[in-house]
Amino acid sequence: MAARESYGRLLAYLVARTGDVDAAEDALAEAFLRALESWPRTGVPDRPEAWLLTAARRRHIDEYRQGRTAARLVDTLIADAERESFGPGKELSLETQFPDERLKLLFLCTHPAIDAAVRTPLMLQTVLGIDAATIANAFLTSPSTMGQRLSRAKTKIRATAIRLEAPAEAELSPRIDSVLDAIYAAYGLGWDRAVVDGADPRWRGLSDEAIWLGRLTISLLPDEPEAKGLLALMLYCEARTNVRRGVDGEYVPLSEQDASRWSRSMIEEAEALLSTAARARRIGRYQLEAAIQSAHSRRAYGEEVDWMAVAGLYAGLVIVDPTIGARVGQAAAVAEAMSATEGLRLLDAVDEATVSAYQPYWALRAHLLSEVARSDEARLAYQRAIGLSEDPAVQSFLQSKNDHHRR
Amino acid sequence: MKYAILIYRDEAKFAALTPAEVQEMRGAYVSYVQALREVGAYLGGEPLEATSTGATVQVRDGRRTVQDGPYAELKEQLAGFILIDVADFDQALEWTARCPGAAFGTLEVRPVMPMDH
Repeated sequence: MAARESYGRLLAYLVARTGDVDAAEDALAEAFLRALESWPRTGVPDRPEAWLLTAARRRHIDEYRQGRTAARLVDTLIADAERESFGPGKELSLETQFPDERLKLLFLCTHPAIDAAVRTPLMLQTVLGIDAATIANAFLTSPSTMGQRLSRAKTKIRATAIRLEAPAEAELSPRIDSVLDAIYAAYGLGWDRAVVDGADPRWRGLSDEAIWLGRLTISLLPDEPEAKGLLALMLYCEARTNVRRGVDGEYVPLSEQDASRWSRSMIEEAEALLSTAARARRIGRYQLEAAIQSAHSRRAYGEEVDWMAVAGLYAGLVIVDPTIGARVGQAAAVAEAMSATEGLRLLDAVDEATVSAYQPYWALRAHLLSEVARSDEARLAYQRAIGLSEDPAVQSFLQSKNDHHRR
Repeated sequence: MKYAILIYRDEAKFAALTPAEVQEMRGAYVSYVQALREVGAYLGGEPLEATSTGATVQVRDGRRTVQDGPYAELKEQLAGFILIDVADFDQALEWTARCPGAAFGTLEVRPVMPMDH
């Protein structure tokens, strides 16, 4: 079993029995450390998870004896450890040894009482075992700030006794949305960074981790169409990863990408997920976004993008989930389907305060203004978009567009 | 909240840029400062001449010491600064990452100490 598979399972199990994320993490870290010391000598045990869990629990018990952990938590552990002895000789399946509590862990990390900004970091740390410094880089935060945010969230879980449990039926749907949103936020960060950080072999962005979490969520929530929609959306985007840069590292916009080089296997997996999801007849944000990407993906098969259909899907998305990103996407699709003027009309309707630092708005606005020959305004909008870009490749791309239209 | 973005870069690496590359970087800075102005976050900033053109000064027990060049020999040298006014440190980090100098050298972002006047 892969390490990231084990980590979340073991941690969820410990949190379920202690309610203390911090203590569970410490115990698990200690257990992994002991494993690193002893496995090279003794060999990997038959059931490494059971071995780690036993080591982690002993650590909990040791801490209790030193008076560092709340007594009630450790009493439970001792009772558990006595009831089920996880020795290497036990030939039980992992499933019967300890139940998979990771779905509850996903719900815990995205609990309404947890600050929305820390849900994704908390999920990455607890379910995948990613360290705070790495998460801080992805979120453009200093490691100490990220460490503080994570530990505040864990203290809150312990102090307000937020329990590791499945939400009640009545609130299940919004709670699932929060889980999916946190996973998609991780994917978005990974998408932004994947190309820039591609040179660093230790950290290839969060995209892979988000896709893995997406697959996990589907396995845990097999009847939820939006979970399938989310994974489909991520796979459509991921199918284009290798074509987003030219040979010299230059930025290549979607419309100019060589679609024949997109990954057809990923597109086909996404198509299958999306059509299975549609059978539930419960549309949502992620299925709509995936359907938009599905329309773009037709280019991989030599077909044209049906811009009217894309504009229609965006109109639906703006109703279901009126984010600034959806409104900018709608304007871009309407500009393609109808005219640049119609696209600009939609952009003009957006409150400027909400887009003052939103780069895609200014990049699209600049492009549409140059299409309708409003050159002076286009030049200013291009400058604004360049100033808001973090990626030098995007900056040069926009600069060359700006130079070109001025001529 | 006010923050200072301190821009460090390797002067030798900068000196080796072609005129076209320098021009491109200037253009990126112009766009960056314009975007900061548009959101009302720009307070000021200046680029600095190379460290070889400056001097360090100390006064100890009334004795003045003046030396050519920078205070300390580092891989990267202070090349300029930008003063911004944004809501919090997260936003300051976001604007720091957008600064064209971030891709070329190393930026340090520091909160400005509030002073009662």
